[in-house]
Amino acid sequence: MNQDKPISFTSRKAKDKTAYILVWIFSFLAMVPLFFILWDVVSKGYKNFNLRLFTEVTPSSVDALMARVNGDPIPGGILNGITGSLLIVGLAILLSIPLGLFIGIYLSDHKGKKFASTISYLTDLLQGMPSIVIGIIAYAWVVKPLGGYSALAGSVALAIMMLPMIVRSTEETMNMLPVAYKEAGLSLGSSYTNVVFKILLPSGFGGIFTGILLAISRVMGETAPLMLTALGASVVNWKVMEPTSAIPLLIWDFYNDPNLVDLIWSTSLLLLIVIFLLNWIAKIVARKWKV
Amino acid sequence: MESVKITNAQKAILQLKEVSVSYTPGKYAVKKVTTDIYPHTITAIMGPSGCGKSTLLRAINRMHDLYAHISTTGEIILKGKNVLEMDPMEVRRMAGMVFQQPNPFPTMSIYDNVLAGYTLNGIRLNRKEKDEIVEQSLQSVALWDEVKDVMSKRGSFLSGGQQQRLCIARTLALKPELLLMDEPTSALDPISTNKVEELLLELKQKFTIIIVTHNMSQAARISDNSMFMYLGELIEHGNTTQMFTKPQQKRTEEYLTGVFG
Repeated sequence: MNQDKPISFTSRKAKDKTAYILVWIFSFLAMVPLFFILWDVVSKGYKNFNLRLFTEVTPSSVDALMARVNGDPIPGGILNGITGSLLIVGLAILLSIPLGLFIGIYLSDHKGKKFASTISYLTDLLQGMPSIVIGIIAYAWVVKPLGGYSALAGSVALAIMMLPMIVRSTEETMNMLPVAYKEAGLSLGSSYTNVVFKILLPSGFGGIFTGILLAISRVMGETAPLMLTALGASVVNWKVMEPTSAIPLLIWDFYNDPNLVDLIWSTSLLLLIVIFLLNWIAKIVARKWKV
Repeated sequence: MESVKITNAQKAILQLKEVSVSYTPGKYAVKKVTTDIYPHTITAIMGPSGCGKSTLLRAINRMHDLYAHISTTGEIILKGKNVLEMDPMEVRRMAGMVFQQPNPFPTMSIYDNVLAGYTLNGIRLNRKEKDEIVEQSLQSVALWDEVKDVMSKRGSFLSGGQQQRLCIARTLALKPELLLMDEPTSALDPISTNKVEELLLELKQKFTIIIVTHNMSQAARISDNSMFMYLGELIEHGNTTQMFTKPQQKRTEEYLTGVFG
């Protein structure tokens, strides 16, 4: 490199400007698909995005065909999918949070130990596992032995998908907390359990809760594993042992039924809104609960 | 070990007998320290960085138990009982610790921070008992007047010096026998440091204080007795005034006069 020759100020400025413009253009380009997705979903989905979508179950194909012939709007909504998603995801949360928290705390506490490192590595593997494979596993573990498709089977599949995300966010949050909190708690004569539950978990609440919300928003749109486990249903079902529908399952159903295809967009719109809301709340919580 | 006479004729509250601490087998951070600490005194542990002063302090309340690779040997007798054979939780309630960085619990209010020792130990108190303990503890660290109207605010709302006094109050609330302080003023400004030092002089009426400091003038200002440690060994332990004016050991003299440090 020639160190002696000074580079002129104007040429440095020009280089800086060019780099800046390039970065700006590429960042903008990366956002373009998102804008198109949003535009498509909103412009096509708003028509059927009404009260009926939230209060009625999916119409039969024949009813939808009749309405179509008469020029009426589609006679039904996706209530069965909304309640199904609430049931399946809710149950998945109950299954994955306690387990994820405990594993995360264990990992952050035993950093560098052989067993913990192995678990940590396996967690990474689980995170990269294709969702359809997890669906098949849940089919073999839950659907087969229990003799039928069920919301529970769907929840198990989603819980397995959420687990690594909750573990990772708990572990990382715990690692970020100053060791001083732990030592201060213990130096007051506290048991380790009390330090974890009364000091560390509350202090790390923001980070852990954000991780949980992001995990929920990720499995909210999962379809493949639910096809193999929850199957779907055209009625509202709150029983964990019965086949149950879910919002993404309905989108797949609508895609396969030319008479219901118009509902795809409003259903997708709802799913997008839910996921954006979760992400937005996660951002606020992360900001408010900084320790 | 030859040294000047230690102030106080009373019976020792804490006796260290050949206390050694190692982080890796065969390598000692603290080597066979033997000495006595007397009630109602302030003992300063001095020495250059890495000489084992914090390590020795943390052995007393069994903080090394948190880390499996650290081993402590010897005997640490606190009020007649060997700390190393006691339930660590009981030891830590008897020997409270204040750390270098003020560390009030971030999710707790000032009020709850003072009571944290009770909450964490599952001790239930009624409202009146709680109020009494909080007021007493905050009075004894001269923080009561400053915070009595903002009790429900988070601990982090306070200034660094106030936070450290809150942490001292939190430790005192459990009425320990011994107060172990690990460079409690090194993160504080001079005015806050002065307040904490004044406070310690008051607190020794009720408690016994061991303070680790790398600030020699602080040791000279507040301590009754001083321990000088070097490379894990206790070089000298004696009356502070005598030690600063007529140290018995050559290395103590060199350290105090700034030959090394």
